[in-house]
Amino acid sequence: MYDVVIIGAGVTGAAVAWKLAEYDIKTCVIEKCSDVCEGTSKANSAIIHAGYDAAVGSLKAKLNVRGNEMMDKLCEDLDIPFKRIGSLVVCIHKEALPGLKELYDRGVKNGVKGLKLLSKEEALLTEPNLSDDTEGALFAPSAGIICPFELNIAMAEVAAMNGTEFKLNTEVKDIKKDADGSFRIITDTGELRARYVVNAAGVYADVIHNMVSAQKNHITQRRGDYCLLDKQAGGHVSHVIFPQPTDLGKGVLVAPTVHGNLIVGPTAIDIEDKEGTATTAEGIGELTQKAGSHVKSIPMNKVITSFSGLRAHEDNNDFIIEEVSDAPGFIDCAGIESPGLSSCPAIGEEVCDILKKLMNLKKKENVITKRKGVRRTEGLSAEEMNALIKENPAYGNVICRCESITEGEIIDAIHRPLGAKTLDGIKRRTRAGMGRCQAGFCMPRTMEILSRELGMSYEDITKSGGSSNIVLERTKEEAER
Amino acid sequence: MKNSYDIVIVGGGPAGLAAAVAAKEAGNDSILILERDKELGGILNQCIHNGFGLHTFKEELTGPEYADRFKQRVFELGIDYKLGTMVMNIDGDRTVTAMNRDDGMFTIPAKAVILAMGCRERARGALNIPGYRPAGIFSAGCAQRLVNIEGYMPGKEVVILGSGDIGLIMARRMTLEGAKVKVVAELMPYSGGLKRNIVQCLDDYGIPLKLSHTVVDIEGKEHIKAVTIAEVGPDRKTVPGTEERYTCDTLLLSCGLIPENELSVSAGIEMNPVTGGAVVNESLETSMPGIFACGNVLHVHDLVDYVSEEAKRAGQNAVKYINAGCREGNTEGNIEIVAESGARYTVPKTVDTGRMEDLLTVRFRVGDVYKDSFVSVYFDDERVMHNKKRIMSPGEMEQIVLKKNDLADRKNLRKITVKIENE
Repeated sequence: MYDVVIIGAGVTGAAVAWKLAEYDIKTCVIEKCSDVCEGTSKANSAIIHAGYDAAVGSLKAKLNVRGNEMMDKLCEDLDIPFKRIGSLVVCIHKEALPGLKELYDRGVKNGVKGLKLLSKEEALLTEPNLSDDTEGALFAPSAGIICPFELNIAMAEVAAMNGTEFKLNTEVKDIKKDADGSFRIITDTGELRARYVVNAAGVYADVIHNMVSAQKNHITQRRGDYCLLDKQAGGHVSHVIFPQPTDLGKGVLVAPTVHGNLIVGPTAIDIEDKEGTATTAEGIGELTQKAGSHVKSIPMNKVITSFSGLRAHEDNNDFIIEEVSDAPGFIDCAGIESPGLSSCPAIGEEVCDILKKLMNLKKKENVITKRKGVRRTEGLSAEEMNALIKENPAYGNVICRCESITEGEIIDAIHRPLGAKTLDGIKRRTRAGMGRCQAGFCMPRTMEILSRELGMSYEDITKSGGSSNIVLERTKEEAER
Repeated sequence: MKNSYDIVIVGGGPAGLAAAVAAKEAGNDSILILERDKELGGILNQCIHNGFGLHTFKEELTGPEYADRFKQRVFELGIDYKLGTMVMNIDGDRTVTAMNRDDGMFTIPAKAVILAMGCRERARGALNIPGYRPAGIFSAGCAQRLVNIEGYMPGKEVVILGSGDIGLIMARRMTLEGAKVKVVAELMPYSGGLKRNIVQCLDDYGIPLKLSHTVVDIEGKEHIKAVTIAEVGPDRKTVPGTEERYTCDTLLLSCGLIPENELSVSAGIEMNPVTGGAVVNESLETSMPGIFACGNVLHVHDLVDYVSEEAKRAGQNAVKYINAGCREGNTEGNIEIVAESGARYTVPKTVDTGRMEDLLTVRFRVGDVYKDSFVSVYFDDERVMHNKKRIMSPGEMEQIVLKKNDLADRKNLRKITVKIENE
């Protein structure tokens, strides 16, 4: 019997696990995919929002601002790249200027610090590549950019290091409430029992909720297409640039990433399919056109990949983080769309506070609160490199030439807590394959390392679990040998 | 490995090997090849089909055999080389920084550097193909490595986007391995590959080539299940109603090669946006004195024989440069070579009659298919060459030869223009 089972190992589930790992309880995280960070958490804008967008008094506003405040220490403790570069909401129509002021006022009420309304001249001075139509901008210095994979993975790693179990490749099929008040969680790999359940299932949070509650929830999948541009384009803007928001969201942003690329997106299209992450030509066309309205001359010929993510939009347009009234002990984290990434550590706290009222949460002794990420070679001096290579020659062997990722880094990613078992797992932990050639060069080399380190056959190596195998079988010639 | 070398060659593929052999044969004894792979030979090692070397050796060799001819010369001549070594940086003062397991990170000052890094394939992301991003999508060269080097089949039902030579070769290779190659779709109204490859790799196996077609959707969340192919109009936009769905477990991409010039760009070398390679003069020297370029890093070639020939000149010119005391040799000033009207670029881009050999081969590609047209060369405004060609296509390199005597006769010549003319 677990004290708490968390369903979903995205950024929300990982944050809850990270926070609960401080307490002396038995926790298990269940994830249907082969790795943590496989859903919405891997495909988003990678932004830590300031917090002026959400409605005053909403849970989104409260947790975004709190999450943003927590981010510096969290990223330092967990060794995650995070840069507070600030954001600009750009107004390109004079008649829309009052909208900027509204946003400013809302931000002040939400407790966002440092907000400033900029004149056209100030805005263009801050960010020279803004549209020539710029009429003014709202500057929020506390907005930042982060690596969402690392944030998600690091929180999960820390939880695992503190004893939290992770059951990957495990899909919840049904949840039953037993007479003693505990839950039976029926999965495709067996049954688990838990006193408390946290639903952090992203776009599936309604499905999971509806297994235990008569008051049905509904999540809409709101797809967003993105383009990621080459590092050559990374300096096109130096802040996160938003248009003015609409009912559908914060609009198509243009921002540098923490690793030096440029990200453009997302669109917002409501779809039925909870797995519908296919991009469309229309979507890419739309984001190109929309981004161009507030940032000029974006070099879209430098796109290295495009992708889409699904926002888990709840009908009431706010996060739902609460104990389900007709299912005591079952806690929803539903509707965690943007600013979910920004809010995640605060969501962890919030869930912890709810559980504190329900159960006896006692702080564990010797809690691990810090973690070192994959040891990076980027930016090391020749002396540091040589010391590292002397200690472990694998750091002298460059595998991914686009991002200069060495064999040492890949081996580290494989053998750390909750280590990588797939090509995407290695990519998200090291960036191998994330550069301009998109793994065309390093894929066979990474497969060789994965096969050797984990004793996997080539046929069993996948891109991201399930049926995503890379090769089918031996060639005729090899099979005859 | 010594602490310094006269010539450091970045890349041990066909270009690097030929440059090294030529430099040694021109009398230089201090040459180092840096190669990132586990063996010399570059991409030729995975090109196990034949058809290499008809020009160079007057016989048909496989890729590994062709590479081996040069490798054996490198061994015989005792040229130094380092394997498993990635070059991390090249400075304008010709200091090369590289890294490997055994030596760690090291720098080598050189008198001359020869860039021979080759090229890479355009990836799916750069093509902006919509749809899912499942497993089973490979650049043709990546699949070629998996099949020919690792010995694994990516799948059994194949669709190929792009008709570049590697894609065509892989259509045949996958077929011989028992896969069904259903179609090759090419966005352009002409193939990007060699005519002989279309005949020998597609036609001979009954594989359809659909020109002016592209992939408009990819299905399959985890593994690719199907693609949709549609016709494109002259504006390269999809023609509605022409969509055809092909079930498949593999999509290969052969949509163009990009010279691998990250090192050149960060060294500050001037690049030609048309070729993606460095701008070079008649000596194949870049805008940085003493840094030479050859092979596919300079411009993507159709035949390896031309790579070897070009690299030989780069190797010889590097030695000349060193022998002249690392100064520009006898110079008469640059004459610009301009590509116009159908000719997309020329390599080299300038010629100095003081330094040029008696004959200078100028290579270029055309931007469209031309039938019964003329390759014309103008010295300033005067047409001096007008050669009829039955067919020219973007997949094949063209060349003209300039004679030193012709240029030396015209003291005030400033511009040589290469263009394609109908009559």
